[in-house]
Amino acid sequence: MHELGIVFYIIRDVKQAAEENGVSRVSALVMNIGEVSTVVPEYLIDCWRWAADKEDLLRGSELRINTIPAVTFCETCGKEYETVPNGKTCPFCGSGNTWLLRGNEVEIKEIEVPS
Amino acid sequence: MDEVKVIEIKKSIFAENDKDADALRKELKDRGVYLLNLMSSPGSGKTTTLIKTINLLKDKLRIAVMEADIDSDVDAVKIKDATGIKSIQLHTGGMCHLDAEMTRQGLDGLVLQDCDLVVLENVGNLVCPAEFDTGSCRNAMILSVPEGDDKPLKYPLMFSVCDVVIINKTDVLPYFDFDMEKCREYIRMRNPHARVFPICARTGEGVDAFAEWLLAEVRSWKQ
Ligand SMILES: Nc1nc2c(ncn2[C@@H]2O[C@H](COP(=O)(O)OP(=O)(O)O)[C@@H](O)[C@H]2O)c(=O)[nH]1
Ligand SMILES: [Mg+2]
Ligand SMILES: [Zn+2]
Repeated sequence: MHELGIVFYIIRDVKQAAEENGVSRVSALVMNIGEVSTVVPEYLIDCWRWAADKEDLLRGSELRINTIPAVTFCETCGKEYETVPNGKTCPFCGSGNTWLLRGNEVEIKEIEVPS
Repeated sequence: MDEVKVIEIKKSIFAENDKDADALRKELKDRGVYLLNLMSSPGSGKTTTLIKTINLLKDKLRIAVMEADIDSDVDAVKIKDATGIKSIQLHTGGMCHLDAEMTRQGLDGLVLQDCDLVVLENVGNLVCPAEFDTGSCRNAMILSVPEGDDKPLKYPLMFSVCDVVIINKTDVLPYFDFDMEKCREYIRMRNPHARVFPICARTGEGVDAFAEWLLAEVRSWKQ
C-alpha cells in the first residue's frame, strides 16, 4: 500500500498550494514520477481516485502522470546512460562508479483549476 | 467552460517531511536525546538484536524503544520483558513506513528527559522507510544471511541511506551461499561510508561491537 501513503502526502501538499493561491476547486493535477522512484503510476491513479473523491477541493479531479526517464552518470568515463536496462554498471566502460542523475522524482508539477 | 488555469508547483512530496525531520533532529540535539532508526525486512532480527544490544547498554544509558513494525504490541512486550526498559507501541494503521510527524507523535508518548537513547523499530520493509527521513540521528539496517548477499543491489536506496548495516544470523552461514566479502563490496558500492557489523543476535556474538559504536555515538551526540 505504498501508493496510498504517497497519495496522502500529495493531498496535503495540494491543499496547502490551493490555500496559498486562493483556490477552492482543483480539476486536475500533474505529477512528475521518475521511472525508478518505486511508485507504480496505475496504483497511484487508483489510490488517487479513492482518496481525492473524499475531499471537496479535489472531488472528480484527474491525476495525470508525466514519467521522467531514469538517467545515470558515469564518473569514470563521463558519459550518461539509460538506467533501467543497465543498472549501476556503465554500458560504455563497465565502471560501477556511477550515480543517478534523474528518475527518482515524486513531485507535484502543477495543478489545474477551473477559471 | 473548458478554460483552466495552470498553477505551477514543482515540489517533491518528500520536501515537507524532510523539513519536519530536520526540525525534529535539531530539537533532539538540543534535548540531548539520540534517536536511532532501525530498519529491515520482516523477520531479519530487529527485535532480537535490540534486546541483546539493550542488555549490553542499559547500565550505561537510559534507553527507550518505539515499536512500529507490526500493529500489535507483541514486540513491545517482548522487549519490556527481556530488558525491563520502557517500550511503547506505535500504531501505523497499516502504513508502510513512518515519517517525521509520526515519529514525533511517538516521542510525545515518552518522557524524553529520562532518555539518552531512543530506538525506533521501523516497519519491516526495504523500500518505503528508506524514502522517509524520520528525524533520527542515524539510520541502521539489518540484513540477515538467508535474505542473500545481493540485497544491496536490489534495494540501493535503503543501503545508501544507512550509516550502519548489521549482517545478522551468521550462525546459519554454513547453510546458505551468502558471501560475506561480496556483500561488503556491494554495500560499499552503494555507500562507501557505511559500517558493517556481522552478528549473531541469537547467541549475541558480534553484538558488542555494534553496542560499542552506538554508545560512542550517543555520547558524542550529547556533547
Ligand atoms: N538462526 C538465527 N535466528 C535468528 C537470529 N536472530 C533472530 N533470529 C530469529 O529470526 C526470527 C525473527 O526475529 P525478530 O527479532 O523477531 O525479527 P524482526 O521481525 O526483524 O523484529 C525469530 O524467530 C528469531 O528467533 C540469529 O542470529 N540466528
Ligand atoms: Mg520485531
Ligand atoms: Zn563509464
